[in-house]
Amino acid sequence: MSPNQLGFYTLLKKEVMRFWSVLAQTVTAPVLTALLYLLVFAQALQGRVVTGYDGISYTQFLLPGLVMMTVLQNAFANTSSSLAQSKVNGNIVFLLMAPIGPVEMFLAYVGAALVRALLVALAMLAVAGPLVGLPIANPFALLAMFLLAGSALAVLGMIAGIVSTKFDHLAAFSNFIITPLSFLSGVFYSVHSLPPIWFTASHLNPFFYMIDGFRYGFFGHADVSIWLSLGWTAGFFVLMAVICLWMLFTGYKLRK
Amino acid sequence: MNTPTLRAGPPALEITGVRKAYGSVQALNGLDFDIRQGEFFGLLGPNGAGKSTLISIISGLIRADEGHVRVLGHDTVTDWRAARRTLGVVPQELVFDPFFKVVDLLRIQAGYYGCGREVWPWIDEMLERLELGNKRTAMMRSLSGGMKRRVLIAQALVHKPPVVILDEPTAGVDVELRRTLWRFMRDLHAKGTTVVLTTHYLEEAQEMCERIAIVDKGRLRIVETTEGLLNRHPFRFLTLKLADGAAMPAHLAELVTSVKGDALELKLDRERHPIASVFAGLKAAGIEIADVSTREPDLEDIFVELTAKPAPGVVS
Repeated sequence: MSPNQLGFYTLLKKEVMRFWSVLAQTVTAPVLTALLYLLVFAQALQGRVVTGYDGISYTQFLLPGLVMMTVLQNAFANTSSSLAQSKVNGNIVFLLMAPIGPVEMFLAYVGAALVRALLVALAMLAVAGPLVGLPIANPFALLAMFLLAGSALAVLGMIAGIVSTKFDHLAAFSNFIITPLSFLSGVFYSVHSLPPIWFTASHLNPFFYMIDGFRYGFFGHADVSIWLSLGWTAGFFVLMAVICLWMLFTGYKLRK
Repeated sequence: MNTPTLRAGPPALEITGVRKAYGSVQALNGLDFDIRQGEFFGLLGPNGAGKSTLISIISGLIRADEGHVRVLGHDTVTDWRAARRTLGVVPQELVFDPFFKVVDLLRIQAGYYGCGREVWPWIDEMLERLELGNKRTAMMRSLSGGMKRRVLIAQALVHKPPVVILDEPTAGVDVELRRTLWRFMRDLHAKGTTVVLTTHYLEEAQEMCERIAIVDKGRLRIVETTEGLLNRHPFRFLTLKLADGAAMPAHLAELVTSVKGDALELKLDRERHPIASVFAGLKAAGIEIADVSTREPDLEDIFVELTAKPAPGVVS
């Protein structure tokens, strides 16, 4: 059975158009929020927090983590809100009745989420990067971490969107999973400054490796090896992708 | 009624042994029937009969527990891509994507089916035919219910499917839209599109459909040409107003099926109760008739009669 390339491209374009039509809400607002975090935390903690990175100021340390955190949150939000909204509104039937396969659907949703995540990241770096003076040590690591982490959260968002039958469920995913994992991932501090128990706990949080690996791309060194970060992030992506594709192939919570 | 324009080849829809249960509720209980290419087909049944479940199985939204469905020879499970390409479904619910303009939504829907710019003129034509021309750049959420219903119909037809299913397309819509829709569907049917209609407006089904299936409690009660269905009814209806408020004689009173004001409707078996025998009975009782009219049975009478009886094998 030949794949429906135009169907995939149309769904990708439609998902991009969906967030583009409310750009102030989907791109501008999260960028502004992240920049406010940068301003407030940098003002409050600059010079008081030991980053553990020689020659790197706290503000420089903070920015990559904030960018990745915003990438993760927006990749998740794009797929989860789109699927949940389509399910709650009922208009998902137009997609489910169309000759678009599970893999095409998967790739289109993840692709659109990456476009939104990229816009958010570029906007943050364009505004704050020159002010902070951020180096780029390894662009390939940056790109790899962006793609793997952004995709992993986009897929987690798809899972949340498929599982949720009302917006409360989606809010629970966001409030009880995404936000705690983001804030406890070493965005605002180096995990080396934590007590032993929280240091260990941080190493079980996949978001920690996503942020640490992304930081490596800028500074050339990080709290853990880039390979460990890539391995954890790729492993998390594969796990999420297997679950999500199983849901799409079996029609779990989509086709009765 | 539309003129049959049947064509050779596999059935437009082939429904074989389809069963579906929701817990202990058997929604579909072994449905078997075909819809031929080029037919205007009515799928009727009371609420909860299983019509929408069947449509959802045909369109791939629900998976049957047993049996299979083929659309123009394509199995909806093993050859789902080809089956879906040949099918257009207008859902019963008024569902829409609020983020898009009407024309963008239709182009997106066409894209899902692998159709590009080549169908844009067809989309423009549909917008005109469904009287949506001045709404093409309107946001979906700004449209009235009737307008949204028109967009749903256009969405189902963007890829020019040879088989179209309309699931109660005229529920809660005004006369103007009904006329517009039926004119449009008649034209599509005349060009060879197979149309399957579910509706609770039985006069619509009687007027539009060549063949009708009546489903009740998940079982097929009958599938027959509309004409054959009407002819198989052995009754006719006689409405009488008796002069001076006289009472109906006892031997005729048992034939009275409804009373509206001073008008009495009698259900007469064509063989056993010719109209003349009623007149003779009234005359013999010295009762004069103030007014009289007759009515042939319509689809509603057949429908009520068929769905009032327990389905074969169903314990009520």
